[in-house]
Amino acid sequence: MVEKEILSAEEAVSRIKDGDVVMLGGFMGCGSPAGLLTKLRDSGKKDMTLVCNDCGWHNEKIEKYTEVAYNIIDKQFSKVITTHIGLNQEIQRQMIAGETEVELVPQGTLAERIRTAGAGLGGFLTPTGVGTEVEEGKTVIEEDGVKYLLEKPLKGNVAILRAAKADKAGNLVYSKSARNFNPVMATACDLVIVEADEIVEIGELDPECIVTPSVFVNILVGGSK
Amino acid sequence: MDYKPDKNIIAKRIAQFFSNGDVVNLGIGLPTLVGNYVPDNVDITLQSENGFLGLGPAPEAGEEIPFLENAGGMPVTMLSGGCYFDSVTSFGIIRGGHVDYTVLGVLQVDQKGNLANYKVPGKMVPGMGGAMDLTVGARTVICAGTHFDKSGASKLLKDCTLPITAVNQVDYLVTDVAVFKIADGKFHMLEVFEPYTAEFVIENTEADVVKDESFKVVKV
Repeated sequence: MVEKEILSAEEAVSRIKDGDVVMLGGFMGCGSPAGLLTKLRDSGKKDMTLVCNDCGWHNEKIEKYTEVAYNIIDKQFSKVITTHIGLNQEIQRQMIAGETEVELVPQGTLAERIRTAGAGLGGFLTPTGVGTEVEEGKTVIEEDGVKYLLEKPLKGNVAILRAAKADKAGNLVYSKSARNFNPVMATACDLVIVEADEIVEIGELDPECIVTPSVFVNILVGGSK
Repeated sequence: MDYKPDKNIIAKRIAQFFSNGDVVNLGIGLPTLVGNYVPDNVDITLQSENGFLGLGPAPEAGEEIPFLENAGGMPVTMLSGGCYFDSVTSFGIIRGGHVDYTVLGVLQVDQKGNLANYKVPGKMVPGMGGAMDLTVGARTVICAGTHFDKSGASKLLKDCTLPITAVNQVDYLVTDVAVFKIADGKFHMLEVFEPYTAEFVIENTEADVVKDESFKVVKV
């Protein structure tokens, strides 16, 4: 089995280009690749589109910040596609001030848009969002008396993900609720960079328990262990 | 009659809806409190939309488990028999009708069963998160909110004025004053909580409220 490239976080983010659509795994920072985000900030890349479940914590009152908060402070993203920004004061401010474009997408719809992109499908029909602002500009299709929105696939140029363990072939397992959007984002991007807390030899992971198959992964970045 | 907001009474009453084996998703904020009041003899399974079944109580300070958080980013525990999954599976469970009850916070609810809870244009734009999928997908939608907003206006309206989360999906609304079932374009009052009265509710609510056939006065 061919081994994947193992790079430093700095080398890995140098493959990201200005203007790229970047998918970021994690849910309120849990399962986000902290090292890659920090190096992405240092790189000064700009005009990117961020796709993520939320924008983590940016709470000045309790002084709680997750790593992506700093990329947002630096305005590295001209557009954010996300489901919830309630705990990041700064991206809310940028959105209301018109400094950053924010597209709010229902969480299940975001997951499925990414899934269909990675699975080679042309979209899907969902009842979620019918009759709401989410419907605006979309095709409504009625099947058996139920209205659905036609939602389109969402692809990315780069995914930056976090896993608990990777083997050198690129197979991944996750830790607890840190799984969330990571597995599906791995399927939908041209370049998939994974920050793994631990990188093990090929054969050490039980093939029955692997969550993300190696075929989706391009670059591994060694984590803390 | 004086009105005093009381979130705990809402949580306590909603906890009485559940039966053994129900799969329940509790929203962040007030709905999370419902978990504190589920009777000991009722065994429900909590789904957390960030990717697991078997959500348990918050850990003691210092006992937090790495990488185990609820959808609000707060540390939690998992009960024996729980399992993890990714966001695609999580929302398959939600949209696919595998969640028996969802409990969601409200900004406004109207008598057509429309819910508004994710946006106040130009002021507060947290986003819908999983709320649109939960409202459409869960078998029973229970809304939880204080009866009046901070300005004293009733949150029960004829028509929502804020952007709506879902159309015609709300089954029940539990406030700190009463329990309502929404049907036929009206709020049917099932219960009023002592010391409030049905007349107090009807007089102080913008929406059309009728006493249900089963109406009763209860102490929660």
